[in-house]
Amino acid sequence: MLKIWSMKQQQQQAENAESAAGKKKKKVTAAQLRVQRDLQELTLGSTMKMSFPNPDDILNFTLTIEPDEGMYKGGIFNFSFSVNQNFPHDPPKVKCTQKIYHPNIDLEGNVCLNILREDWKPVLNLNAVIVGMQFLFLEPNASDPLNKEAADDLRTNRDAFKRNVRSSMAGGSVRGNAFERVLK
Amino acid sequence: MDTSTVVVPDQQGRWKHLYKALTKPGPFSDEDWVPGAETVNALESSKILVIGAGGLGCEILKNLALSGFKDIHVIDMDTIDISNLNRQFLFRQTDIGKPKAEVAAAFVQKRVKGVNITPYVGKIQDKDEDYYMQFKIIICGLDSIEARRWINSTLIGMVDPEDPESLKPLVDGGTEGFKGQARVILPTLSSCIECQLDMHAPRPAVPLCTIATIPRQPQHCIEWAHQIAWQEKRKDDPFDSDDMEHISWVYNAALERAQQFHIHGVTFQMTQGVVKNIIPAIASTNAVIAASTTSEVLKIATSCNPYLENYMMYAGEEGVYTYTFEAEKKPDCPVCGNLARKMDVDPNMTLGEFIESLGERAESQLKKPSMRTEERTLYQRFPPQLEEHTRPNLQLKLGELLENGQEIAVSDSAYTIDFRFRLIFK
Repeated sequence: MLKIWSMKQQQQQAENAESAAGKKKKKVTAAQLRVQRDLQELTLGSTMKMSFPNPDDILNFTLTIEPDEGMYKGGIFNFSFSVNQNFPHDPPKVKCTQKIYHPNIDLEGNVCLNILREDWKPVLNLNAVIVGMQFLFLEPNASDPLNKEAADDLRTNRDAFKRNVRSSMAGGSVRGNAFERVLK
Repeated sequence: MDTSTVVVPDQQGRWKHLYKALTKPGPFSDEDWVPGAETVNALESSKILVIGAGGLGCEILKNLALSGFKDIHVIDMDTIDISNLNRQFLFRQTDIGKPKAEVAAAFVQKRVKGVNITPYVGKIQDKDEDYYMQFKIIICGLDSIEARRWINSTLIGMVDPEDPESLKPLVDGGTEGFKGQARVILPTLSSCIECQLDMHAPRPAVPLCTIATIPRQPQHCIEWAHQIAWQEKRKDDPFDSDDMEHISWVYNAALERAQQFHIHGVTFQMTQGVVKNIIPAIASTNAVIAASTTSEVLKIATSCNPYLENYMMYAGEEGVYTYTFEAEKKPDCPVCGNLARKMDVDPNMTLGEFIESLGERAESQLKKPSMRTEERTLYQRFPPQLEEHTRPNLQLKLGELLENGQEIAVSDSAYTIDFRFRLIFK
């Protein structure tokens, strides 16, 4: 085919030289642009809400999930989202702001969700992350734990795990750890 | 015509002339070009995507197959209508209602032995980058600007500086009546659809107040019947432009209104034209443009001759006039340029008015945008909390929200790429 590719290479060299010479103005960053688009294309069900402490900063926000089924039904769970300027090449950083009892969320609030780490790809969007987060509450996953004790409970005794979930959500202690009350 | 009785010409002899062009250097072929088996192989192994199987698409499919391409895909969401048969020659009366892509693919495949045509019935927007990545060249015969902009921005977004295969030449054809154009776009390298968007000015929209109060032209009466009378009288009945009863109803309502205002010229045909937005199509114009675009595909795929750089216009309405020129890449093109495009605005205009005007301006044509500056969210349609917070901005003047010369970034769900504008106060 055409020598298109060598044309492309020449163009890039010229561009690099140009941008080194002139200073750039304050531009909307690629990350902002992408988040603006992702937000516009979100589908939030009745179980999810978002809030923006500073509406002019769309890179930092809170997602609230209120599961309407499953073991975590009745709880209100908050996650802070922090998107860096390298988004969508880097995944958003997501943390649970409450101390909760969940096999895939540790006591510091770190979340274990494959698409937030190893399986993140720039083609994924915020909607994919939010759907994944919701799924964690419907189907806690014992095979990939961050809270090992909770995962063991889930694997060995599902009923005991359920009871632990209920009492932790009510603000009780499980295995010596006091949890935050997250019930409505 | 019954295709089964057609005498199939000698398959070996069929490509004789084509092979001559591909196996011997000519006066215009590139110095580095290697004629021969390698080039013939490049032609036969190139996977080509044809977008649209209508007036241009039928011609393009036929031309590509007869130019020796063996692996062709075609995508079209439409079904065959009786009004297509006068020029979309791959379709017969018995095909009415069937998907264009499938019928066209089957016809050409049957007629030209050895070619493989894979149809897809659906929208180009159904497919993702992985799908478009498999093709060598993409050729369009489309009737909508929106679809052109979509494929243009998608192909530009796909270009990965690390991967030569990610750059897909786009050959675009278009016709309207006796006029037509053919162009070659090398995404990110040469002028793109968006660079020349202002050439495709949107149809002048008649203000709703003219339609609702005092019409001046027969078209105004038809728009009134279509947009206002229908809403009042038949609200629960969704308007279907293919339903003859619906068109008749609109026609009669328009006729009555025209008589009230002493306006002449409302006809059934005009009614159909206005409500269906029909663009006049002439078979020979399609043939001219399809011939031009397909020979560009042949030249790009084989490098046998120089390709079109990069725009050919054809005007057949007064004698014949064609003109070829190199449309320039705009450095501030919102899609292929990395600079914001300049846009003159009135600082006293409110943000709400500005957003509305984006839908009408030739250079943007955006209907449901969200937008921001580097430090401020101007208007964000979703999620609801941001919409609520930014809604009051709609009442503010641009001069209160922005500085002169500031850059805004605009996203619209209808397009895969976002837009940057630098607003200059006038």
